[in-house]
Amino acid sequence: MTERYSFSLTTFSPSGKLVQIEYALAAVAAGAPTVGIKAKNGVVVATEKKAKNSLYEQDSVHKIEKIADHIGMVYSGMGPDFRVLVKRARKIAMQYESSYGEAIPTGQLVQRVGAVMQEYTQSGGVRPFGVSLLIMGMDDGKPTLWQCDPSGTFFPWKATALGKNHINGKTFLEKRFNADQELDDAIHVAILTLKESFEGAMTEENVEIGICNDLGKFVRLSHNEIKDHL
Amino acid sequence: MSIDEYNGCAIVAMVGKDCVALATDTRFGVQRSTITTDFQRVFQMGPRLFVAMSGLVTDAYTVSARLKYRLNLYELRENRPVSPSVFVSMVSNLLYERRFGPYFSTPVIAGLDPTSGKPFIAGFDCIGDPSIGSDFITDGTAGEQLMGMCETFWRPDLNK
Repeated sequence: MTERYSFSLTTFSPSGKLVQIEYALAAVAAGAPTVGIKAKNGVVVATEKKAKNSLYEQDSVHKIEKIADHIGMVYSGMGPDFRVLVKRARKIAMQYESSYGEAIPTGQLVQRVGAVMQEYTQSGGVRPFGVSLLIMGMDDGKPTLWQCDPSGTFFPWKATALGKNHINGKTFLEKRFNADQELDDAIHVAILTLKESFEGAMTEENVEIGICNDLGKFVRLSHNEIKDHL
Repeated sequence: MSIDEYNGCAIVAMVGKDCVALATDTRFGVQRSTITTDFQRVFQMGPRLFVAMSGLVTDAYTVSARLKYRLNLYELRENRPVSPSVFVSMVSNLLYERRFGPYFSTPVIAGLDPTSGKPFIAGFDCIGDPSIGSDFITDGTAGEQLMGMCETFWRPDLNK
């Protein structure tokens, strides 16, 4: 962060909007599609991971990242901005555990990450983060799914879609969402929702799926596991 | 004479059947002079959570006030009452932050778990090492004497 600016670059427009945040949301809406669904006994997130070139080493970088044993995070938007937030979120989670001797409740993590994102809309010389985050976690056996926006706002969701085609995605989910479905069914619905915005064939190479299972653990599905679900 | 003996105190916490008890003396003294005999050493941190502070009185007040501050913020943020194990971690952290210039006061916690109602007691040293007690915790200048009394009289499942 440069200390040369002491004033914020995110300023109000006459209509009362923060234009930089609107533009950040546009960057998110142009990003790869991501879907998250809460099931009765877990949460699932799925995201498109298209390689621009066949020479690309897909498995070296992941889009769905572990924040704590019971919390996972994924994004739509700018990858580098996401990595900064992953680093911060991990530190927040571990600091909480160090101070309180207890795993951080997902809602608490989301509050703190949202506060970080808000800082970048009101500080000198910085721009808002160009990502919307989907944070999923299991708190004492209860599944939770949250979205964190560039403005710092956070929403708890039963099911949602981010990135390209997110409006269609959400409409699809409104019809298909069932609060009583098990995690396996939710994974199936997530894949179907993602297929709606997919160009070309969906394989285990160009999609990433992460779950929080009923043991309270975050797990990123392996290629074989994804293949079984497809 | 050491700093722990400047004000003097006696604290004991005991576990019973679905209950806990926390008792302190009420003498406030400065070395050999007694100033008051109605001094409060127990501070309430929650509906079923109490902390008694031993040692130097000024540090006892400061630690309990700073602890309450952190506890209040926790409960506001999390929208739930604190559990004993988390509270122990908080106390431990607060005291260890002053590792090389410690508070000359050690807390004794007694309470019931907010969800399960299970009895809970713990003691610390002045830099935050926690000892979770399954029967009794004693502290203060009369600590050793109280330990002897507890060993004699305590038995499991004492009722109120």
